[in-house]
Amino acid sequence: MSTSLILLIILIVGLAAYFAGRARAMASSKGKLSVLHSLPGYHGVYVAIWAVLPAAFVLAIWLLASPFFVENSVRSALPESVHSQGSATTELMLGQVMQVANGLKLLNTEELAAVTSGSSNLRDALAAKGVPMANAGETYMVEAAQKYNSLKDGSRWVMSAVVLIIAIAGAVFAIRGISAPFRARNRVERVMLGALLLASSIAILTTVGIVGSMLSEAIRFFQSVSPSAFFFGTVWDPRFSAAGSGGTEGQFGLLPLLAGTLYIAFVAMLFAVPVGLFAAIYMAEYARPVVRGIAKPLLEILAGIPTIVYGFFALVTVGPFLRDISAQLNGLVTGNYVNFIQAQSVLTAGLVMGIMLIPFVSSLSDDIITQVPRSLRDGSLGLGATRSETIKRVILPAALPGIVGALLLTASRAVGETMIVVLAAGVAARMQLNPFEAMTTVTVKIVNQLTGDLEFNSPQTLVAFALGITLFAITLCLNIYALYIVRKYREQYE
Amino acid sequence: MTDMTSSVQSTFVRPAQARRDIGIKKRYAAERRFKAYGLAAILIGLFFLFVLLWTVVSKGYTAFQQTAITLPIEFSEQIIDPKNERGANPAKLMTANYPFLVRDALIKALGIDPANKPLVKQATDMVSASARTQLRDLVVANPAIIGTTANVSLLAEGNIDSANKGQIDLTVAEASRKVKDQQLEWMKKLTETGAMAKQFNTGLFTYGASSRPEAAGIGVAALGSLYMMLIVLVLALPIGVAASIYLEEFAPKNRLTDLIEVNINNLAAVPSIVYGLLGLSIFINFAGMPRSAALVGGLVLTLMTLPTIIIATRAALKAVPPSIRSAALGLGASKMQTIFHHVLPLAMPGVLTGTIIGLAHALGETAPLLLIGMVAFVVDYPGSPMDPSTALPVQIYMWANEAERAFVERTSGAIMILLIFLVVMNLGAILLRRRFERRW
Repeated sequence: MSTSLILLIILIVGLAAYFAGRARAMASSKGKLSVLHSLPGYHGVYVAIWAVLPAAFVLAIWLLASPFFVENSVRSALPESVHSQGSATTELMLGQVMQVANGLKLLNTEELAAVTSGSSNLRDALAAKGVPMANAGETYMVEAAQKYNSLKDGSRWVMSAVVLIIAIAGAVFAIRGISAPFRARNRVERVMLGALLLASSIAILTTVGIVGSMLSEAIRFFQSVSPSAFFFGTVWDPRFSAAGSGGTEGQFGLLPLLAGTLYIAFVAMLFAVPVGLFAAIYMAEYARPVVRGIAKPLLEILAGIPTIVYGFFALVTVGPFLRDISAQLNGLVTGNYVNFIQAQSVLTAGLVMGIMLIPFVSSLSDDIITQVPRSLRDGSLGLGATRSETIKRVILPAALPGIVGALLLTASRAVGETMIVVLAAGVAARMQLNPFEAMTTVTVKIVNQLTGDLEFNSPQTLVAFALGITLFAITLCLNIYALYIVRKYREQYE
Repeated sequence: MTDMTSSVQSTFVRPAQARRDIGIKKRYAAERRFKAYGLAAILIGLFFLFVLLWTVVSKGYTAFQQTAITLPIEFSEQIIDPKNERGANPAKLMTANYPFLVRDALIKALGIDPANKPLVKQATDMVSASARTQLRDLVVANPAIIGTTANVSLLAEGNIDSANKGQIDLTVAEASRKVKDQQLEWMKKLTETGAMAKQFNTGLFTYGASSRPEAAGIGVAALGSLYMMLIVLVLALPIGVAASIYLEEFAPKNRLTDLIEVNINNLAAVPSIVYGLLGLSIFINFAGMPRSAALVGGLVLTLMTLPTIIIATRAALKAVPPSIRSAALGLGASKMQTIFHHVLPLAMPGVLTGTIIGLAHALGETAPLLLIGMVAFVVDYPGSPMDPSTALPVQIYMWANEAERAFVERTSGAIMILLIFLVVMNLGAILLRRRFERRW
């Protein structure tokens, strides 16, 4: 029986249990529903929970655990000649046995008999069914594969039976407990509360998963490359090593990538902060409601556009435009029409990322500026200050902590941004200060190292996780500090 | 009396030079400048929005048209099945030499000397190589067509299509141009006879990945995106709502719930690419799920969308006034009943708005999908979420890396479709909020 069929059967049992429980509760009320402690529906749900939950739990455990048992018993059944060659060979042979086992299922009885007796070649017989094999295969493999198949099938049948029995037993047990004074609602609600708690723990689990998975892969990376060479290395040259060329380990220096990341984020902030901040001030302090009602959603459209679209915009419009205009400028000044801005450059990526960040800066700062109490504003205006003086000398200083928090959140977004820099920043990892040249970022290299064919154990791919955890650490610090500031600021004026 | 009034007046009217210079003019000028900066900032933002949209639309609207060449194709038995084997072996029809049919039809339509090989090559280059599969499918579906002549509308090759739309600079020397003068002449001729015409590009919506721009479409990628959105909706909405109910209504105020709170706010700001790394390491490496599958993409996007939904749901729950809760509790409802029968239904518009916005965000997300192998060349529609598939924004990314002019047009066209989806979703969220939101 397939797993989904078992699940379906469990659910059907659960549905039946619901109605049975409800009917039983109705019957025990003897026509007077008010004698029941809980509504009949709760009794039904209570029985259904008893039918479904334990059975589903056992099913999950069995599905997780049974492969280990089956593999272990097959492994121990492999002949001594295999075991004597070390664990790596054993695992390889085990893999082949499973391959054979899958293939054997496709053979009919005659072919199977021929293969088992050794009269026909195993490899040819399987190849005819579209199952390729690395080597000719030996007779013990057929035996082991048959054992594997029978164990697997047996485990499946036992599992189906056990799960079904548990489901029915649970339902029967719960039904027997139903009576008029039985507090079914309280039990059901306790299970519901458990489910709610489980759902909210997913947030924690996600963080644990992020940190745990990246840390474990990064540690595997640091086993082949020393942490100091990674964190303080100034050369990025991972060199996907060609087979057999010894000594081409590659260099994994983080600094050029970090420099590019921070430089591009800095250019983006340089553009986005003044524009976003002034836009926020205008909308919060000057704009008439009609203007605000139109301009604010329009600006927020910028925040809803996917970053891949910005990347495309940088690639086909902004990059070529900057390149051409720099060539024209150069030509006007020196007479030599050569562009000094590359199409893929820090400036291109920074500018386009800046456009993307404008709505973040403006809407976050807008919220914060409007939170500054009316009385501060009125006091300053009443003393004869102009509006701009009020803004510069009273409102901005009062809102400063909040605005700094908002800017840090924006900076964290700039550091973690991927698609724009993948398309607009280039892939050359170098440390330099010219904003017109291409530089690359941490995120670009994560994408570069992990797209394409992967060989998962090489430092070339594992480095992506070391980069990832670095990125995560940077953004985590920025976020937590920013959230702390914003929270503290909010409390101040609430 | 007159003396007195004049003396009072003289104290009021100071001579100009005695007046304190408080720089009112300068201050007003500064005020005007400051206001102008603000206005300029907004205009800069709107300007870039306009340029962005204009770039996409002006480059992309032509993608919705495709040049087709309608030719009378003679399904000659001599070419398709010269030895008359199709009765015994229908597979022969799959491998027949269909491009010859196109070649012969072109030779006839354009009046070329069949012996002039270079000229014939130039002519056949005008028709997309996808004509082979198109004719094959026609013949396999209806073998009776062999021996007859039928008008078939074939896709023009990508460069010819671009030239027909006037996107190729004809002032460039012929040698460094993809479309030759002879081909241009033929195009003129075909257009005059009505054989070559622009049609609405249905292929853009139905085809899958292809290295030939004229046969590339977003259909397959859109189906992959649809699978992922369904997974996100099915998983993220219930889990997000359950988590918010617990945190907002049940959780005691202690260290742990504080930690969860900070955690969720932080997760909402974690770079999306980190979720891709998580998916690669947990779902693919550890749990052994298939690469490039919509299922893994959906799970990754679910984790990414959860914080958004939780934050929106908590805000919506918070907005329901305590009086509703007190009334329900006072009438004897349990806490669970109060929440599920009264508070949650009232908060539902806010929850759905947050969910739609989260979904829209997930639909446009590209970076995490790159890492879990969805940068795949997928030609066929994925039958289930376990099959290799790709997503709409990833398809855009892959097209954006192609150099051909026709791909730039298609990239913009695909972006337009993506943006239309997003606009529809966001408008839906706004309408939902307008229609159902209550002010307490």
